[in-house]
Amino acid sequence: MNFDFAAQSPKFMMLLWGLVAFAVVIGGLLVLLDAVPAFFARRREAQLVAASASGAPLPARTKPREGLFALFFLLPTVLLLLIGLVVPAIRTTLLSFMDGSSQNWVGLDNYRWMFAEDAIERVLLNTLIWVVLVPLVATTMGLLYSVLVDKARLEVVAKSLIFMPMAISFVGASIIWRFVYAYRGEDQEQIGLLNQIVVSLGGEPRQWLLDSPLNTLLLIVIMVWIQAGFAMVVLSAAIKAIPADIVEAARLDGVSPWQMFWQITLPSIRPALIVVVVTISIATLKVFDIVRTTTNGNYDTSVIANEMYNQAFRYGQNGQGSALAVFLFVLVIPIVIFQIRNLRRQRREG
Amino acid sequence: MAFHARPRQALAIAGAIGLALSAAACGTGSSDNSSGNNNAGSAECAPYEKYQGHDGKKVGIYSSIRDIEADRLDQSWKQFEECTGIDITHEGSGEFEAQLPVRADGGNAPDIAFIPQPGLLQRFAERGQLKPASAETKAMAEENYPADWLKYSTVDGTFYGAPLGSNVKSFVWYSPKMFQEKGWTVPETWDDLIKLSDTIADSGIKPWCAGIESGDATGWPATDWIEDVLLRTQTPEVYDQWTTHEIPFNDPRIADALDRAGTILKNEKYVNGGFGGVRSIATTAFQEAGVPITQGKCALHRQASFYANQWPENTKVAEDGDVFAFYFPAIDPARGKPVLGGGEFVAVFNDRPEVQAVQTYLASGEYANSRAKIGDWVSANNKLDLANVANPIDKLSVEILQDENSVFRFDGSDLMPAAVGAGTFWKGMVDWINGKDTAAVLQGIEGSWK
Repeated sequence: MNFDFAAQSPKFMMLLWGLVAFAVVIGGLLVLLDAVPAFFARRREAQLVAASASGAPLPARTKPREGLFALFFLLPTVLLLLIGLVVPAIRTTLLSFMDGSSQNWVGLDNYRWMFAEDAIERVLLNTLIWVVLVPLVATTMGLLYSVLVDKARLEVVAKSLIFMPMAISFVGASIIWRFVYAYRGEDQEQIGLLNQIVVSLGGEPRQWLLDSPLNTLLLIVIMVWIQAGFAMVVLSAAIKAIPADIVEAARLDGVSPWQMFWQITLPSIRPALIVVVVTISIATLKVFDIVRTTTNGNYDTSVIANEMYNQAFRYGQNGQGSALAVFLFVLVIPIVIFQIRNLRRQRREG
Repeated sequence: MAFHARPRQALAIAGAIGLALSAAACGTGSSDNSSGNNNAGSAECAPYEKYQGHDGKKVGIYSSIRDIEADRLDQSWKQFEECTGIDITHEGSGEFEAQLPVRADGGNAPDIAFIPQPGLLQRFAERGQLKPASAETKAMAEENYPADWLKYSTVDGTFYGAPLGSNVKSFVWYSPKMFQEKGWTVPETWDDLIKLSDTIADSGIKPWCAGIESGDATGWPATDWIEDVLLRTQTPEVYDQWTTHEIPFNDPRIADALDRAGTILKNEKYVNGGFGGVRSIATTAFQEAGVPITQGKCALHRQASFYANQWPENTKVAEDGDVFAFYFPAIDPARGKPVLGGGEFVAVFNDRPEVQAVQTYLASGEYANSRAKIGDWVSANNKLDLANVANPIDKLSVEILQDENSVFRFDGSDLMPAAVGAGTFWKGMVDWINGKDTAAVLQGIEGSWK
């Protein structure tokens, strides 16, 4: 492959532009963030100097100015949130009451469609399977692993092994696992790990991803593979943070390892456990990349986010896609509320 | 709070450098496009005279065409660019069908899009996003293309743009070498085809290879099968009624066509050479599906003319070579030669004069020949000189498209609304191959068509 730098110069120009824009915006922001507080600080200093020179009482730090100062930092964030999150959320909700071309109001038709269509019922059921299984299995595995390797020899190596999948993107992980599940005809050489194992045990190769509900479970394995590392890291840190005197006191009382786990470890890491379960649950509700990369929702494996993308962007059914998006949003709300209340309670207790 | 002077200076310098650089970049950027060097007066520019007067203008094209094919596109309008001074930039995307609506709705529509699905074109036209073709383009298209092709880009009586490239789908790929060695002959009718398949199956080879996996478009090759068979079992009128939903999707005649396709595709004796059983069709990539022919593991593979590009390197595509294709036979040849095909249409989102000039030019005979000379291209443009078409399969395609006896019909799934044609129909075919029965599959697709 020949690469002609001269012919590609417009692309390099574009790249340069991007870099320049980045430097200007980020540099400008940093300067601003630095200059504005410095300006206030200098003015205050000047006031103090002037006040001490004239012998007048020192001016009190004025509250409103600090509010203004806070606003200066908050405004960009609030503005971006408004443009990027709040407005689209409102718009999506409105669109979900309109037809496919977003021109006529159709009332609740899209929601009725969602619960009446067989194919979508299957999608909702699949999402339910995902959201029940993934947090449960991933957290359990992460917990077991972190307890088992805690203070073991080569703990760091063992932990990094299970943590590494976290570093791979969902799409990358899905492609890896697609190879694991790959199928070749009986008289061909198997390229899939799973089928190779089956064949070397004397079995016949199978098309793993074609049979429902086995295929959904096999896709869930991918998600667990990615998320178990996250659960393990957070829980392991929590376990290490359990005060040594508590553990020691328990030991002196003569607890068995079993009792130690259920009565000391688990209650001590409860906050961390909840954070992990909540985070994985939300990630699971949104799962899209894995399904799209491995089966694209064929063979009864589709989930809400995948179906939402297909309806809105591929089939031109904006209304139905938006209804699915709103439904997904509604599903996430209770989890978020639970998490917020939990955080509040912890703060009160702490 | 203490503020050190030094980092602040560094930051200020960084910002200043950034500004200076951006000013410099700005300078070079603007000097680039003001220099429109065209040699409009020369002799080879004579055919482009009527497109003059847009010197230095830019036209952006968006399509699903990538890699080599995209390079060939760029090459095909080079002369036009040099002579008229119009700068055409082409951008190809694998996510074309999903991204084009996003761009159009977001107010960032390309000037021109090559849309391969009349159903999608219709959606843009109905939402008022497409601009009707100019009178010049319409006259040019009517002069150069058969009337049924123009029908596909006409919505509610308004014409939106001429066809560009085409492909013929009614082909069965085979190995002339293998046929000669085994003494098989190219079948002329459907019955011959089935007889040949039985003969091949009896010789211990699985006669057919098939694969419908195609990423997020999985299923489309099977829809072509059904459409091709339907054109052979029913009249073209029934086909039209089916694609426009005048008859239900699960009409008995459609079920009949599906079952007839099933006698090949769902026949464990016939498929799937080198890949496994019937269900392996669902997971075999369409690009790889025909390759076992070159290894002698199967003999027949029904796929469009563009499959010529999918064979392994050094495979000779010719009537006496490693692989070639024959016309997917009609059931009753007396009723004419039904041809299933596809192609893209040149639709315009911004009707500036220079964009219209490009649109008109792309409909011309000059363009068709200019593109054909570069290689691997087929068009229904009747100004296309067969001598400019090098590839033997492309020649055969052009001959079939220009044949008066051919009854041409456009790919049905591309004509249907995307929710059906690129949605439930594709998914339905995957389920059908995977073992779901005909009635349930058709019922499901019918239910999704609103």
